[in-house]
Amino acid sequence: MTDISSNTPGQGARVASSLLTEDKRTKKRNAAEKRFKAYGIAAIAVGLFFLAALLFAIISNGTRAFTQTFVTLDIELLEEKLDKNGNRDIEEIKKVSTFGYSPLLDAAVTKMVTDSGVETPITKAKDLKQLLSSGAAGDLRAFVVANPDRIGDTVEFRIAASSRVDGYLKGRVTRESLARDKNLSPEHLDIVDALKEQGVVKKSFNWDFILGADASDSRPEQAGMGVAMLGSFFMMLVVLALSLPIGVATSIYLEEFAPQNWFTDLIEVNISNLAAVPSIVFGILGLAVFIQFAHLPQSAPLVGGLVLTLMTLPTIIISTRASLKSVPPSIRDAALGVGASKMQAVFHHVLPLAMPGILTGTIIGLAQALGETAPLLLIGMVGFIASNYPEGVMDGFVSPNSAMPAQIYEWAKRADPAFYERAWGGIIILLVFLITMNIIAIFLRRRFERRW
Amino acid sequence: MPVFWIVCAVLAIGVIGYGLCRSKAMKSAGGNARNLHSLPSYYGANAFLFSVVAPLALLFAWLIFVPILIDRSIGATIPEDRIAEGSSLGLMMADVSRVSNGLNLAVSEGAMTEEESRSIRTEFTDVRERLASVGVALGSNVDATILQAAQKHRAASDRSRLFMSIAVIALSLAGLALAMSRTKADFRARNTVEAAVKVMLIAAASVAILTTLGIVLSLLFNTIEFFRIWPATDFFFNTTWSPSFGDTGSELGLAPLLWGTFYISIVALAVAVPVGLFAAIYLAEYASPKVRAFAKPLLEILAGIPTIVYGLFALLTVGPLLVSFFGDGGTFGVEWMRGGTAVMTAGLVMGVMLIPFVSSLSDDIINAVPQAMRDGSLGIGATKSETIRQVVLPAALPGIVGAILLAASRAIGETMIVVMGAGAAAKLSLNPFEAMTTVTAKIVSQLTGDSDFASPQALVAFALGMSLFVITLALNVLALYIVRRYREQYD
Repeated sequence: MTDISSNTPGQGARVASSLLTEDKRTKKRNAAEKRFKAYGIAAIAVGLFFLAALLFAIISNGTRAFTQTFVTLDIELLEEKLDKNGNRDIEEIKKVSTFGYSPLLDAAVTKMVTDSGVETPITKAKDLKQLLSSGAAGDLRAFVVANPDRIGDTVEFRIAASSRVDGYLKGRVTRESLARDKNLSPEHLDIVDALKEQGVVKKSFNWDFILGADASDSRPEQAGMGVAMLGSFFMMLVVLALSLPIGVATSIYLEEFAPQNWFTDLIEVNISNLAAVPSIVFGILGLAVFIQFAHLPQSAPLVGGLVLTLMTLPTIIISTRASLKSVPPSIRDAALGVGASKMQAVFHHVLPLAMPGILTGTIIGLAQALGETAPLLLIGMVGFIASNYPEGVMDGFVSPNSAMPAQIYEWAKRADPAFYERAWGGIIILLVFLITMNIIAIFLRRRFERRW
Repeated sequence: MPVFWIVCAVLAIGVIGYGLCRSKAMKSAGGNARNLHSLPSYYGANAFLFSVVAPLALLFAWLIFVPILIDRSIGATIPEDRIAEGSSLGLMMADVSRVSNGLNLAVSEGAMTEEESRSIRTEFTDVRERLASVGVALGSNVDATILQAAQKHRAASDRSRLFMSIAVIALSLAGLALAMSRTKADFRARNTVEAAVKVMLIAAASVAILTTLGIVLSLLFNTIEFFRIWPATDFFFNTTWSPSFGDTGSELGLAPLLWGTFYISIVALAVAVPVGLFAAIYLAEYASPKVRAFAKPLLEILAGIPTIVYGLFALLTVGPLLVSFFGDGGTFGVEWMRGGTAVMTAGLVMGVMLIPFVSSLSDDIINAVPQAMRDGSLGIGATKSETIRQVVLPAALPGIVGAILLAASRAIGETMIVVMGAGAAAKLSLNPFEAMTTVTAKIVSQLTGDSDFASPQALVAFALGMSLFVITLALNVLALYIVRRYREQYD
């Protein structure tokens, strides 16, 4: 009572107020409450904003990589240039280098420009040819070697335009930016404008970007992801074939059989440590053990797969153990009760019931491994190496190849901005794979997971 | 016989053994499986294991260890005085194995007969040219010692291959015979098979230990090798990092790299910790189930995006954006930034990557604080935010500190973002808009490309890796310790 009566009006403004009107202090506290809540909302908004910005950057920059400007050209495959003796001997045709094909291209380009009727100060065929990809002669040669009977005909080709022409149609290259360019001049762009109106130069979907091989520094318009995708595929085969059995066996041992002793503790400590080791350290391990010590081939998807297996194991072990744990003991008891051995109880009853969870964890582990780059750089899966398709399954494992993320890194390193577009496009392909894998994992979880 | 075919032969013997022993067991039980101790398939599996496991283990061990023995014995035959000036036995042996592989290739491609490959002498044949014709490039002319050693090496390898094939297949057959002799109706096949399976499970579980061992040993040996040719005090206390490949004048100081690493990590944590923590608090305490179900998975997408994507985002989007604000002629009229790659670029993007890391861990920890504590605080009239600040957060603090330390160890070990976003120049500077580099970025740059692995410039990467491994391990252990030591037990 004395406490209350001591609250005389002179000591504060609190007494005079009722519950219905807020006094100053309450107002302050409520404002603090609102502010605190606003911070939380702002934090989530910031996180989501970054996610949106990231996705926007990827999509707005990457979709352009999926279209490519092509030039339709009628090329006369002159017999006297390609097959001097006229006997269609494939060995002799192969002897003509790509250099021997350039005159045909020169003629075709000059003819195309004259036919279009554009007035242009550029007269030399060599300069006009800058409109085309520098790999055009190589494509032409590949076609002739594959179809020697077409020599002498005039064949219509769809040839990739050079990366600058492509960039002009996509808005990346402008007349101003060409002022200092030694390969292409604004006059070239006048020709391109005219040809575009006539439908000779056209943008269309670029399958070569998805399926093709990487191209050297000077031909960004021909670079593709296909070979690197195969490299990733072979790596994932290795990861799946090794990490699933090893991971499941480890989890079964730890969850079902391991006694409580120092050895089990050692394994557990090691697994949790490996989960936290930086990925680059696994790359060092791969370099020192698999390449320097075991002399496995450098840059091979086999080695990449081995390194990623070691990285993925903790993920798979953790999820497998969780799903083994979620199988109720009554299942084991029932199996043991009808006379199964412990091994039979685990392999015939517990493991099948835990399988959906194990598969979900495995797919998520694989998705992680698919996006990992740093260890691959150390074992040499970077550089201009994804240039040829592997010749067979064995070759796919051991011949030098890149992987999707390493290929993206390679493109991001190159100087020509045309490669940046490819890098963003590569990220779209990579993310499509990751999203698909995660959706499969979520589907498996929703469809097969049992609540006991 | 190629290894592939040896493996196939052993597996075939195993499969045959399976069938033989299974039928023998059935026969010995008079055709009635009830008279057997185990199910018939266990007798078969027993035979398969007997005829496959030991031979394959032998094959594997042989492939790893015998080449080392051969190298050593061939190395011992090279007289000391024949080792060229400036060379070493190791380099000579590398040449020997290259020539011997070249001869193998030449024979298999038909460029040389088997007879010829054994008898050629440097006096009569230009070995280098012959090998170049099958695509084996040799750095220098082959001298007689190396060629002879290579021919001996080949002969020894061939002999070892032959012995290996015979030994492995004989062991496999012996295993099969043993299994056959033991297969009787009262043989406890299941127990044997299950014991073997258990051994395999333990072996699989040991892979984790072997991996750690592999990491530690490969780092340790190469680090020791590095410190043998480079003074340790110089590595730890020099404040300049400027490796120059090929000639002298390299300076390999750890300090600027560590500084760059920590600076970038601090910037990243300055972004990730407030955002992640407030997001976790909001999601755990304020958000309706609907908002939570929507926002939490979306934030976690950020954790599932590969780091190469963040790297590209830093290099091509965030870097140029920051330059347009802080660079020459930028929005703010300051000239702090000269290029797109900077501590700020890498730090910001890495911070974004770490947001879900901090938020999910903290979310779990905040949720683990018992509801009774909140109710008590709310009951005596505290507002929700006062409850969180004065009751929930103090209770969750050890866990949150642990989460932040784990995020820090992630930041320190992160590679792709800093390789692409932070620049390549090692500097000791305070300006966050300047390019700096980190331990991980330098490991990548020292070990990629055609470098000689015996040079200090390449070996330093292992010392850097060791430092990185020790720092991240220490952070993880510290995080675990804090969580365990200071965790309040509520029940």
